[in-house]
Amino acid sequence: MIKLSLTVNGRRVAADIDPRTLLVDFLRNNQRLTGTHVGCDTSQCGACTVHLDGRSVKACAVLAASCEGAEVVTIEGLSNGTTLHPMQEAFREHHALQCGFCTPGMIMAAVDIVNRNGSSLDEAIIRQELEGNLCRCTGYHNIVRAIETGAAAMAGAKIAAE
Amino acid sequence: MTDQGIGASVKRKEDLRFITGKGQYVDDINRHGQAYAVFARSPVAHATINSIDVSEALASPGVLGVYTGADLAADKIGGLICGWMIHSKDGSPMKAGAHPALAQGKVRYVGDHVAVVIAETLDQAKDAVGLIQVDYGELPAVVDVATAQAAGKAQIHDEAPNNTVYQWHLGDKDAVDVAFSKAAHVTKLGIVNNRLVPNAMEPRAAIGDYDAGQDQFTLYTTSQNPHVARLVLSAFIGIAPENKLRVIAPDVGGGFGSKIFIYAEETVCIWAAKKVGRPVKWVAERTEAFLADAHGRDHVTTAELALDASGKILALRASTKANLGAYLSTFASSVPTYLYAPLLSGQYDIPAIYCEVDGVYTTTTPVDAYRGAGRPEATYVVERLIEVAARETGRDPAEFRRQNFIKAFPHQTPVIMAYDAGDYAACLDKALAMADYKGLAARKAASAKAGKLRGLGFSAYIEACGIAPSRAVGSLGAGVGLWESAEIRVNPVGTIEVLTGSHSHGQGHETTFAQVIASKLGVPIEQVSIVHGDTDKVQMGMGTYGSRSGAVGASAIVKASEKIIAKGKRVAAACMELPEDGVDFENGEFLGRGTNKKMTFGEVALQAYVAHKFDPEVIEPGLKEGSFYDPKNFTFPSGVHIAEIEIDPETGHTTIDRWTAVDDFGILINPMIVEGQVHGGIAQGVGQALLEHTVYDENGQLLTGSFMDYAMPRADDLPSYKVAMSSTPCPSNPLGVKGCGEAGAIAAPAALMNAITDALGHENIAMPATPQAVWRAAQATTRKQAAE
Ligand code: FES
Ligand code: FES
Repeated sequence: MIKLSLTVNGRRVAADIDPRTLLVDFLRNNQRLTGTHVGCDTSQCGACTVHLDGRSVKACAVLAASCEGAEVVTIEGLSNGTTLHPMQEAFREHHALQCGFCTPGMIMAAVDIVNRNGSSLDEAIIRQELEGNLCRCTGYHNIVRAIETGAAAMAGAKIAAE
Repeated sequence: MTDQGIGASVKRKEDLRFITGKGQYVDDINRHGQAYAVFARSPVAHATINSIDVSEALASPGVLGVYTGADLAADKIGGLICGWMIHSKDGSPMKAGAHPALAQGKVRYVGDHVAVVIAETLDQAKDAVGLIQVDYGELPAVVDVATAQAAGKAQIHDEAPNNTVYQWHLGDKDAVDVAFSKAAHVTKLGIVNNRLVPNAMEPRAAIGDYDAGQDQFTLYTTSQNPHVARLVLSAFIGIAPENKLRVIAPDVGGGFGSKIFIYAEETVCIWAAKKVGRPVKWVAERTEAFLADAHGRDHVTTAELALDASGKILALRASTKANLGAYLSTFASSVPTYLYAPLLSGQYDIPAIYCEVDGVYTTTTPVDAYRGAGRPEATYVVERLIEVAARETGRDPAEFRRQNFIKAFPHQTPVIMAYDAGDYAACLDKALAMADYKGLAARKAASAKAGKLRGLGFSAYIEACGIAPSRAVGSLGAGVGLWESAEIRVNPVGTIEVLTGSHSHGQGHETTFAQVIASKLGVPIEQVSIVHGDTDKVQMGMGTYGSRSGAVGASAIVKASEKIIAKGKRVAAACMELPEDGVDFENGEFLGRGTNKKMTFGEVALQAYVAHKFDPEVIEPGLKEGSFYDPKNFTFPSGVHIAEIEIDPETGHTTIDRWTAVDDFGILINPMIVEGQVHGGIAQGVGQALLEHTVYDENGQLLTGSFMDYAMPRADDLPSYKVAMSSTPCPSNPLGVKGCGEAGAIAAPAALMNAITDALGHENIAMPATPQAVWRAAQATTRKQAAE
């Protein structure tokens, strides 16, 4: 067992963990944050996507032990209280989810896509950037629409905040 | 209420929990004191089990139990079942081998369940599985469906000589032979429908829980039909009587057919929970999903189409070998028979059809229903034949289809189905306009100038959904009735709970079923809760598959709401002191006919429970009604999809330039959700045609057992789709709906392969049309063009 302390969704947390624990298992089993999902065993599906120090990562490919002192945000920490993040709103608005299993990972990846590429995203960039996230339900059409809208809304929110 | 009722694109009620990470899938549930199950799976495709030594595993830290097929047999736990009896041409019943949940004496595919370890932690269970010693006596694998029946092949089940489960047929062979003998033109094609792995994003999972105090079992499982699971686990497998077995299917992350079936894993978890006296949890790893979730498709077919000189279709003939895998999964036998051959008439007036199907065992993962289930295979046969016949006879593929469309309804095909409604030319015309078919020649020329090959392909599909009239399927061999149930509970304040036997795993029933209530009872959807997925709450149901939840499930809700209105009228009449039949119900209000007296829905609900104003001898208190709805007929969704693609002959890469879909789903409850279903279906069909392929080597090892090897469609493989509707209401159910869940997956493969072969000038390349396959074909085309 090793000691781990980090920030999860703005809260300081500390735990004793088995050194081989993956970040996704730490979040799901230790922190009971079950919004982060596991869809594969080869780091191919993106269902486990979270933000680690502001960048999206696949939490199934990160050792929890490597996150000492880090800041992790999961889907549960994305909204501001009951006010949804603009990307969450956009997914609902555009019917960008069906079974919902890929959705947390998709939304976390989408926010990161906007953070890295800015808000003027065209369809080709969005589709390319979604390379690491699988959805079996939606055929991606509405996910692309949601990310276009979510990106614009994020830009709007940023301007409003400034 | 029109802004929320039938026909409104209401945003989904279920979304909030999913976009905030609050969904409750089986793996998100943990029971106090739970232990973990890990299965020992066969590493070989075919072998006798000479011995199993579990002693080392049992002694491993944290292990609570290690069980094999012998333990299940000792507890008289029955094998997994196949619920549809098929009879061969000679009248004999299908020849099915036993399907034990844990192997007994033999393993028959890589991934077959040999033993289970239950341990305190998942890691301890995994460690212990590696300590189980199995002595296998290896036997030859049987992988190729085309040759599996040959003399000298290893026998997979003693019960099924020549690995043949059935030799079934449908249609009038003599009439077809006569028609072919008179044909002016015959088109003949060899067609392979490639094997697919369903890959719902949520892997299957189960938690078995046993309460010794109550002698009560609870199973949490990733099921599309928890009541069917309870029925099978209880009546056939013998876990516990139904009143002692509760099955809960909470949020389920996609199914596509693969979560219909009752599998070994949940059977073992629920049984083992009592054995070890602890809740037992199992969650599939993706590799296990590849190995042990029932696969889809896998047909090898020879098909022929006979035309007269005018281009009128005279007859169709098909002979199919269907790979059923190593055991018969729950509905495996029906998929390549009654869900396949009755659709071979497509949208066309074909006077004579004959189809024969051999159901064949191989040493591969069991094959069963996958989105479309039999109907994609039929559509692929019909629409490839039609397209090639048009090309061979120099006809425009759109006009050739139009010439042969069924134009009057009802239409009895020669293969069971009586189509009730449709307007196939309307869909075609709309699709041609949306796809700018007229501009195709110019676009082809522009592509050619840029060194690219452009092609366009049609798929005019039909499917039989709303599965199904119980007596009809009973006469075809189904072991169950396929009605659906609904119960409407009106609370004293006028809010409503609807209990349905349908199950939503992405379809959005919490929204669409509430919309049906909004339209019928005038209650806002916010005041309606849909309850599903728990056998302790919903009495009985048949679940969700075969695009049946709208046509059958929502129709049951309509029937129950009619009973609510009838009772409400009697209560209202008594309260308003009017004659019993003197009340009408409109827009959520009970109106005294010929008076200005009225009561709201909520007022009547309250009075029904207060029960002060009517005679209980005449009217019972309360407002709760139920219905079991059994459909009159199948429904027949149809449509035209047009794929237009461009191939880079240098790389073999296929780019989908535009996708046009015009579908006839009858009345739409929520167009936004319907379009979403179409999108997802197309993506799966495109996946089959371009990317997805399940490959076994000659030893029966699955070579495509992970997302690294099995190409799932990703966002940049797919275009945005143009989707439109052209609706004829379905006359066979009270809502006029036809079902939309499978259409895209049924239509897409033929459209895409017709487009690719159009571009290549080759009449037949196999799915998936990978860049390598397309490049090879493109090279041949270029050489041919150079030579000409
Ligand atoms: S679980 Fe699939 S990428 Fe992490
Ligand atoms: S919504 Fe089901 S996998 Fe994406």
